[in-house]
Amino acid sequence: MSLKKTLCVASPLTLRIVAECPVTKARACDLILPHSAVSTPVFMPVGTQGTLKGITVDQLDGLGCQICLGNTYHLGMRPGPDLIEKANGLHGFMNWKKNLLTDSGGFQMVSLVELSEVNEEGVKFKSPYDGKEILLSPEKSISIQNSLGSDIMMQLDDVVSSTVTGPRVEEAMHRSIRWLDRCIAANKNPDKQNLFAIIQGGLNADLRKACLDEMTQRNVPGFAIGGLSGGEEKDDFWRMVTLSTDHLPREKPRYLMGVGYAVDLVVCVALGCDMFDCVFPTRTARFGSALVPWGSLQVKHKQYAKDFQPIDPDCPCPTCKRHSRAYLHALFKSDTSAMHHITIHNIAYQLTLMRSVRQSIVDGRFPEFIRSFMKQMFPSPDQYPSWAVDALASVNVTLE
Amino acid sequence: MAGSRIKLELSRVVQGESRLGVLKGLGRTGQHCLEVPGCLLYSHLGTVPHLTQDTLHTLKNIPAVTQVTLSSVAEHQEVLQEFKGGFKKFAGLHDTVVYCSLHDPAALCPPGYTTNKTVSVWGSGGRIELTVAKFMAIQKTIQPDWYQSMADGETWQSNTSRKRLRKSVDRTLAHLDECLTIHQNSQDLQGVEVFGVVEGGDILEERARSARETAKRPVAGFCLDGFQTGSMDQTLRTQLIKAIAKELPEDKPRLLQGVGRPDEVLACVEAGVDLFEGFFPFQVTERGCALSFSFDISLDPERAVLELNDDETCRAGEGQPNGEVTDGDQTQMTSFEINLKDKRYHDDFRPLVEGCGCYCCVNHQRAYLHHLLVTNELLAGVLLMIHNTAHYIGFFSTLREALANDKLDLLKRR
Repeated sequence: MSLKKTLCVASPLTLRIVAECPVTKARACDLILPHSAVSTPVFMPVGTQGTLKGITVDQLDGLGCQICLGNTYHLGMRPGPDLIEKANGLHGFMNWKKNLLTDSGGFQMVSLVELSEVNEEGVKFKSPYDGKEILLSPEKSISIQNSLGSDIMMQLDDVVSSTVTGPRVEEAMHRSIRWLDRCIAANKNPDKQNLFAIIQGGLNADLRKACLDEMTQRNVPGFAIGGLSGGEEKDDFWRMVTLSTDHLPREKPRYLMGVGYAVDLVVCVALGCDMFDCVFPTRTARFGSALVPWGSLQVKHKQYAKDFQPIDPDCPCPTCKRHSRAYLHALFKSDTSAMHHITIHNIAYQLTLMRSVRQSIVDGRFPEFIRSFMKQMFPSPDQYPSWAVDALASVNVTLE
Repeated sequence: MAGSRIKLELSRVVQGESRLGVLKGLGRTGQHCLEVPGCLLYSHLGTVPHLTQDTLHTLKNIPAVTQVTLSSVAEHQEVLQEFKGGFKKFAGLHDTVVYCSLHDPAALCPPGYTTNKTVSVWGSGGRIELTVAKFMAIQKTIQPDWYQSMADGETWQSNTSRKRLRKSVDRTLAHLDECLTIHQNSQDLQGVEVFGVVEGGDILEERARSARETAKRPVAGFCLDGFQTGSMDQTLRTQLIKAIAKELPEDKPRLLQGVGRPDEVLACVEAGVDLFEGFFPFQVTERGCALSFSFDISLDPERAVLELNDDETCRAGEGQPNGEVTDGDQTQMTSFEINLKDKRYHDDFRPLVEGCGCYCCVNHQRAYLHHLLVTNELLAGVLLMIHNTAHYIGFFSTLREALANDKLDLLKRR
């Protein structure tokens, strides 16, 4: 790619804003990363343990995926950073030639593991494999991510559940700023790996604003909006998202963590976010739930036993081109490959959705896209989620 | 029934027993062929386990015939009936020949459920009892290219009585005759071929009788049942198959059911078998192992010895019996594979098998497979299935080459 040659090698990330929606806060960009360019808005599938759940890297590439996630906590445990470094980083280990983003391991500390203690040093926890106490500090997290060699690394943040209120939220916000500075200092590969900051502050506008003011003073190549998508009210959720994008620099990418439902994606693009990740599409696939423009389809349900249409007649993915709902329904009783078929379809659905969103922004018709998207997704306007209506109204899009 | 379109063209018969050739005239339009000795492509409901069409087609020389089992299809009879287009279309199989067997060779059936008029298969919802009428009704909805006739094969246990074995031969012949009658009167099954099934357990006279009688019927080929790995030792198996072969016409194919281990395959080819079910790679995959046995007969002897030693040290510390038949336990690891869950592979950055051109070996390393297995990741099954199938297909290809060039002995030594 000649574009790579002409770019400044010192910065492993360049954001080119291709189009900006004149009505909403949406943008369409080209995000140039070390392994390839990424078109945004982008949905990043999650390949937790160095694999995308039954899909080969060729299949993933074939679907047009340009960036996916690996998980520092899981890979740091097994097989461990040393082994992966020997294998030429996570790219070499899983043989993925495009981009990788690794999270810090912070979220897993909270969601998965028996927490011993969080203090200024880091997060102390018990390993689920041998019960030993491990300390995940900002330095340790960055060290593992340096070994993994991801194109984008996330800072270790002090993660607090979005449903928690009170002084703990403020403490975590301030600590996350201090940990950001430690992460920046610990990054051995600033010329190859991009370290993103994560804005915290819970659902408190003042705290979030304070965090934004501080973190935007640091010279990081990108920002994530964290501490959301954890079970909080959607009314609070969107307000924090839009507050964040209001105060994030225009010329750096905005990554909204943990967002993956189609409606959420479309709305949050309108609110100014560029990058998204979520386990939902791939996880729900393994349960037989196929994502479609009008919601989802539970392939394992009896009603599809004799349904000889593909999941989505308009979907060009390999699954829909060859197989019917009835066959997939039957296959779920016989072989694990049924899950792979749905996984492929769901990734295709997510990536196609984002591609369409991007194209509509480039063409200057994003608001129309939003309206027809909502029409397809919900049987009638009175079923539109009120938070989505409000959020879209806040960026000048009125639904029926 | 008009002369079968399936034609076995033999190019060589070695020592009067091992046969090399091509099975032609397969499929509705008769345009497919399968080299013999060869294996069928094993499937669950038409899908090679773990694989989608994309991953399947990374393989070269995929067998032209896909085996589908009634145990996976029978429960979907109603659906297929409503679909009306036949199983191939239902499963999205575009360019393959479909052979329908009664049982799944990788899943042993509980004994005690056959009667004079029925056999049973086990689907995801439980036992399904089949009369010949129901069996044939299902075949009509499947519309395979060829199928095995309904058979009483519940004789793989070593202590089956002579009386029971005689009954299995008689019943199977009766089922065959009934199947053929229905078949000949069915529009839906025009152009579909039927294989007769040879039974008789471990009794030579019964085996010979079954073969002789079955050969009198207008079938396109013969399934040899009751020889499953673990049911008897190879010496007896060889003896019985040779006796059967004497009673069968030379120009019709013999398909051996339930045998897939490379050493047993070799021995059975020498006894006169043409076709094998391709389930062995699947079994190896399910236990997290990769086929690694060398079958390269073009190596010079010195290098050949080195390769053999390398494989042996890999398996040295594992305490597995060396190629012996264990008590019918098909899940036991054999000496033809490496156990990738073993800690020794955790930092082994070599491909599964050096020189194997499959997608897995070209793109991934043992250390990665080890990691996938340790973390219970679905991709392990996908990659192992690709490799194991490729390796197995390669083995059969070499087997045919060896037969063509009188190098069968070299192959046996591996």
